[in-house]
Amino acid sequence: MSSISLTNSQPYNYDIIRKFTVMAIIWGVLGMTAGVYIALELTWPAFNLDIPAITFGRLRPVHTTLVIFGFGGSALFATSYYVVQRTCQVRLTSDVMANMTFWGWQIAITLAAVSYMAGFTQAREYAEMVWPIDILIAVTWVTYFILFVSTLAKRTQPHIYVANWFFVAFILATAILHIFNNMEVPISFFSLKSYSLHAGVQDAMTQWWYGHNAVGFFLTAAFLGMMYYFVPKQAGRPVYSYRLSIIHFWALVFLYMWVGAHHLHWTALPDWTSTLAATFSILLLLPSWGGMINGIMTLSGAWDKLRSDPVIRFLIVALSFYGMSTFEGPLMSLKSVNALSHYTDWTIGHVHSGALGWVAMVTFGSFYHLIPRLWETKMYSDKLIFLHFWLATVGIVLYISAMWVAGIGQGLMLRAFDEYGNLAYTFIETVEFLYHPYAVRAFGGMFFVAGIIVMAYNVFMTIRKGRIEKAALEEKLAAKLAKVQG
Amino acid sequence: MFEWLTWFTNMENTKPFALVLYFTCFVGIIAYVFIGKKRAKRFEEYKFIPFDEDS
Repeated sequence: MSSISLTNSQPYNYDIIRKFTVMAIIWGVLGMTAGVYIALELTWPAFNLDIPAITFGRLRPVHTTLVIFGFGGSALFATSYYVVQRTCQVRLTSDVMANMTFWGWQIAITLAAVSYMAGFTQAREYAEMVWPIDILIAVTWVTYFILFVSTLAKRTQPHIYVANWFFVAFILATAILHIFNNMEVPISFFSLKSYSLHAGVQDAMTQWWYGHNAVGFFLTAAFLGMMYYFVPKQAGRPVYSYRLSIIHFWALVFLYMWVGAHHLHWTALPDWTSTLAATFSILLLLPSWGGMINGIMTLSGAWDKLRSDPVIRFLIVALSFYGMSTFEGPLMSLKSVNALSHYTDWTIGHVHSGALGWVAMVTFGSFYHLIPRLWETKMYSDKLIFLHFWLATVGIVLYISAMWVAGIGQGLMLRAFDEYGNLAYTFIETVEFLYHPYAVRAFGGMFFVAGIIVMAYNVFMTIRKGRIEKAALEEKLAAKLAKVQG
Repeated sequence: MFEWLTWFTNMENTKPFALVLYFTCFVGIIAYVFIGKKRAKRFEEYKFIPFDEDS
């Protein structure tokens, strides 16, 4: 079946890809476990254990940082380095720079997690890192950009394959977002505390320009790059329409930049700004669905693979969730819908249908394609891939269903009035209502974590198998050589 | 010398200007991608790049 490895010649730098792949899985296990733990804390506050370092406020950014930047980021480094080398048919221009990106990124993630638990944060969502870590990330990211672009420039292929366009957009946009969102003035050289250069509503808008484009470029464009390479490769057929992928790219990168202000509906932000953001959010549905259709139609004529190939299942389910969450997003950006959905768990459900359903599933699928090729063997167990698929899928469905119930219910309760025009529910009643959906959410999260633990075991055994096979082969060759010489 | 730039500071000027600029750009990309048989053929050949490495 298609998860079987090819033998690789080694003109490429695979070592860096292996390192990022392993770290992505380690961060994934840790970050998702932290997510389940904070879900338990929200359901049963006793899980706080009266330890400040593991309270929700501190563990939540640990969870988001480890899954988005640790798991997602490392996966993107790994796959982008793989794709750019394979489609340009050249080695990365510098092994030193590649290693700099690896160590810079891993140290930044580790320091971020430790500092959050110690109580250090700059209180910007998805950018909580204190200023020294911001500088480390900026240096690492610029190195990544130079390395990626110089590799593209050295390509032997005349054309830059579309997956690389998405990767370049992701790297460039993330650099701009990170630098401008983290413009800050430290209170002293020896303090981790700093003040933002922006103030008031501009600060909020900069934060959400960053926040939504982190979704748009880090969690969407980059993973579309992954999709445009790994879906065709795993399906064994080229992408449905290359011309559609070009339209998809330009429309997506143009439209995403404008939508951040939809996070600030009904605030001090000028009304026209959030209306503009909502308008662009609706327009964004077109490239999002164009890309989703392009990915799914790649399987046209080979739908039977969905029955037999668990890797294809991951990739196609990821695209289905991508389509679903990019429909839900524009819907929630409408001011009238947002009036109900904002400040409720519907938002959390939406984020996770994208993060678990799209980002994590496309990463799992891509990794199951990639890992056997990196270690030149077959996956240890296809049955465990099937098991992972079902654990992940059931987990996501439980999670987002629970959050729909929690969010929509909570939103309706918060705006319900009695016959005299008074609020029908007290705030605490809306909190009590969340108990059962929160318990189901924690349960769904456990399914998802169980899935990635199964994957980690399967990958560990695959790597071990690959090493044993390699050692046996080398032994055989050495014996043959000795025989010839003797 | 740069007084003409003040024209852009009026939102009633910049809004239709941006609309025309971006819409023309979008239509231009669509036209570039879908018009011209030779170009279309060339574009569709690029989708085989990920498989070049296997040959």
